[in-house]
Amino acid sequence: MPLLNILGYPTIYETFAILPELLLVLFGCAALVLDVLLPRERKELTAYFCLAGIGTALLALWQVFETNRIRLPFTVFYGMIAVDGFSLTLRLVALVAAALAIAMAVKYLDVEEEQHGEYYALILFATSGMMFLSSGVDFITLYVGLELMALSVYVLVGYLKWNVQFHEKRGEKSSEAALKYFLMGAFSSAILLFGFSIIFGLTGTTNVEQVAGLLPGLFKANMLTTTGDARLMAIMGIALVAAGLFFKIAAVPFHMWAPDAYEGAPTSVTAFMSVGPKAASYAMLARIFLVAFAPLRVTGDPQIPGWAVMFGVVAALTMTVGNVAAVTQQNAKRLMAYSSISHAGFILLGFVAGNEMGYAGAVFYLMAYTVMNLGAFGVLLSLRSEERVGDKLDDLNGLYQKQPALALMMLVCLLSLAGIPGTGGFMGKFYLFGGLIQAGNKWMNILAVVAALNVVISLYYYARFIKAMFTGKEKEEAPVTLSPPLHATIVLTVILVLVMGLYPQPFSQLSRFAVERLGPPTPPQAAQK
Amino acid sequence: MFPPLLATGIEPAHFDIGNIGLLSLVVWLPLVGALALMFFINKEKTDLIRKFTTGWFALCMVPAILLVIKWKPDVQGLQFIENYEWIPMIGAKYQLGVDGMALVLVLLTALLGVLAALCSWEYITTRTKEYYVFLLLLQTGMLGVFAAADLFLFYVFFEVMLVPMYFLIGIWGGERRLYAAIKFFLYTLVGSVLMLLAILKLYFAAPGVAVAHPKEVADSVALLVGNNSGMLALVQDGIDVARNAGGPSGAAGTFNLFALQALGSARGADGLGFIPLNWQLWMFAGFAIGFMIKVPMFPFHTWLPDAHVEAPTAGSVVLAGVLLKIGTYGFLRFNFPMFPDAAKHPVTLSVLGTLAIIGIVYGSLVAMAQKDMKKLVAYSSVGHMGLCMLSMLALNPNGINGSVLQMLNHGISTGALFLLVGVIYERRHTRQISEFGGLANVVPAYATIFFITTLSSIGVPLLNGFIGEFVGLRGVLEAKVSWAFWGATGIILGAAYMLWLYQRVFFGTVTNPRNEGLSDLTAREWAYLLPLVVLMFWIGIYPKPVMKYIDGPTNTIVKQVSPGYFK
Repeated sequence: MPLLNILGYPTIYETFAILPELLLVLFGCAALVLDVLLPRERKELTAYFCLAGIGTALLALWQVFETNRIRLPFTVFYGMIAVDGFSLTLRLVALVAAALAIAMAVKYLDVEEEQHGEYYALILFATSGMMFLSSGVDFITLYVGLELMALSVYVLVGYLKWNVQFHEKRGEKSSEAALKYFLMGAFSSAILLFGFSIIFGLTGTTNVEQVAGLLPGLFKANMLTTTGDARLMAIMGIALVAAGLFFKIAAVPFHMWAPDAYEGAPTSVTAFMSVGPKAASYAMLARIFLVAFAPLRVTGDPQIPGWAVMFGVVAALTMTVGNVAAVTQQNAKRLMAYSSISHAGFILLGFVAGNEMGYAGAVFYLMAYTVMNLGAFGVLLSLRSEERVGDKLDDLNGLYQKQPALALMMLVCLLSLAGIPGTGGFMGKFYLFGGLIQAGNKWMNILAVVAALNVVISLYYYARFIKAMFTGKEKEEAPVTLSPPLHATIVLTVILVLVMGLYPQPFSQLSRFAVERLGPPTPPQAAQK
Repeated sequence: MFPPLLATGIEPAHFDIGNIGLLSLVVWLPLVGALALMFFINKEKTDLIRKFTTGWFALCMVPAILLVIKWKPDVQGLQFIENYEWIPMIGAKYQLGVDGMALVLVLLTALLGVLAALCSWEYITTRTKEYYVFLLLLQTGMLGVFAAADLFLFYVFFEVMLVPMYFLIGIWGGERRLYAAIKFFLYTLVGSVLMLLAILKLYFAAPGVAVAHPKEVADSVALLVGNNSGMLALVQDGIDVARNAGGPSGAAGTFNLFALQALGSARGADGLGFIPLNWQLWMFAGFAIGFMIKVPMFPFHTWLPDAHVEAPTAGSVVLAGVLLKIGTYGFLRFNFPMFPDAAKHPVTLSVLGTLAIIGIVYGSLVAMAQKDMKKLVAYSSVGHMGLCMLSMLALNPNGINGSVLQMLNHGISTGALFLLVGVIYERRHTRQISEFGGLANVVPAYATIFFITTLSSIGVPLLNGFIGEFVGLRGVLEAKVSWAFWGATGIILGAAYMLWLYQRVFFGTVTNPRNEGLSDLTAREWAYLLPLVVLMFWIGIYPKPVMKYIDGPTNTIVKQVSPGYFK
């Protein structure tokens, strides 16, 4: 590619690589203007405008892939943004999650009387942040992407106003959740940044591949710098980065914020934040730990265990604590918060396994988790009406009598979340378990058994939903009505869940495409030869 | 890239259009019926729903019977083989095929399906449509389990089946139905997730064997397929996938069930398999826990009485008749041929044997103490299935033959017992033994059928139970005399509690005035009881037609597990 970087600043070709993100931001800004222009009763048009924006971004993403197909992977913007299978796949996941989340929110916001354009604009901004998290290969890019995403989501969590007329507690809860989330989020970002700075201090670079190249050197000899043992510093840096990221994915012991934030946030935001930002945080985790810190996954030194050990312990704790805590919840959103914590633990298994099956499994699981969780939340959203908040488990009672199709679709999503075969959730777990078993070491086998038993615990609380829907006493009070976009979204997610479970081949290929070059990307010059 | 596996003198498979997809039809027809029922029939028309479903189950019998008609008796191993790509990424394929053992169970399942639909006509009064949809879905799941020749496909059926059963118990069950339903689901799920790990371990371990020991594997394939060219192609296909593991297709191994059997039972000059013994033991344990819960063996049996007592009659019939058999079938299909060294290991044998004996004695004693008829029959299942396990642990042709026969017999006689208990429950809405007495005077036909079933259950000669128990115990006697003693004890105890039940319910004078007006069997009840009674006599008097089907597979299993037996 002769035109690349000849002039010494980003060319149009490089800008093209981030076109989807740029489009999202543009549409987001336009949505803000549009919101002012639209009359009060037509505000929901912003949603469709933003959906069009996501559609355009999807097209652009396809073009980025199509035109660069041969020279994948490469980096642009002086090695700050990577265009590779991983970034393309995760960006796709982010866009799909955002589109589904927007389509779900329209009717819900009407009922909440909070139909404003900035809601959708914020989702677009958050999504562009998520996409930078998927494609960033530099600590700076990653951090900026993370903050863009996080700040947008903080606002979204506190989106509900204090509403005197109806359920006045809701607005309070929303604000409380937002403040909690913001304080904890800011704190963890600081920890993350501190970790980054230590790594930067040791290696003199913020680029993930260069860090990967330099880190092992620190461990070679007993390197003593002017400030002390370099190994100790490196371990501290890695631990801090891990802590910051574990907070973002809500892994135990950094999960405390999740139930409160999930419960307090508007349900449509809970749906979005439980999948989109989570997937993006995983992308960042993967980029940092599977590229930058990859050499320290397992160290040869028996005294210094690699980060895989830490991840293994965290994964086991996260799955178990999340599941056990979910069992007794009465609030559906809070239950889903704990369930999403346990899913976070499952995805970490792929990192522990450290082989292609595990990595591909993590990506597959992310895709499946995105659709199945959104599907389940879509049904919870449909329960919201003028008379009913719809976040209690009891609100599902008798759903099958009122809306059999909806209940059956919820059933599919729940079985998928629990990991029953024939659904995407099962295939995800299959790959993750497969990765662990393939790695074949004793501790990984034990971890696989722990994970397998967790599947059983999780079935117990998902069955509570099923029980309520199919055998609960029907309440006559409020009929369940679906808006067309919400209905379409749920149907789409259910179809995806079933396809992922019954014919997973294309998704397996996609997830393998995502991870096959998940290593240091080759610079453009090398790809040219 | 590898030379042909075998240079046998087998004729190339001749193409038979009549067999294409027949097994698929057997498996998927109930699902088609479920979908038709779901989308095209109004839920208000309960009478139509009942008739449609029963008719549909009967229609599903047609391809199953065609299997028997088209069956080639002189061919070893699988027939009606289907082999299509499914998920190349992991090497899972859509592979179906039945051998004699699976065929018998498929037929049993198909028959019990009709009876289950027929016996629910009056029992199920609420949400009829959903009930029959779930019954049809369950049928597809169960048939799929027996027909699958791919481990992944098997696993999918094995677990998906739990969902309709959960609903059948949870919605239409007795008072504690929700508790029983979730208990059933969780218990079975524990077993199956652990089995999934064992499946994965085997999946990754098998390619190594296929690459390193082609000659021994070829021998073991030859032993498995005999003169069956279709099966050879199937197994060969699986072994090729295993040998090219890690190649461009991306699969890391094979799920081909019979290729895995061949790889697992291949043995070197030292007579041991190529998968290290400790791994064989772990994998054996993974599979065994899954199946032990299903059987159920002591101490994993506690879900069974709850599930049986709470389930509607049809649920109990299917549960006892088919679901429990999946456990014992699993042992014979997976555990023994795939991990022969682990199966023969003294620790395995003593642990499983002891648990089976505890199950026999304990199950029978607890059955004796029951006050509820259905619970009594449920605990008798624990005892009978324990005997079934004990006979197969003999690891000789008689023992395994007896075990398979026992599976069939238990399906017939316990299925009939549950149906009979259902009949009386529909009339009196109680199953307490103390509520009854002297029924023989009031409902003679019912009493007669119940008597025949009782005799069949306790193994009286000329009825089916005797054949299974006799053959099985003979096998056990060959293997271990002390086990045979305990097995015989179980039979005696079985006779005791069944006859005592019969005496309390049917003999004497009518003690409870509410029983005086009971009506005898209706035509519909005759219709679902008679086939089972006919089968009891048929197998009891002339078991050869059945033996013909199960003899071959049984011998193959024995050859795979203990090749020295026939020398």
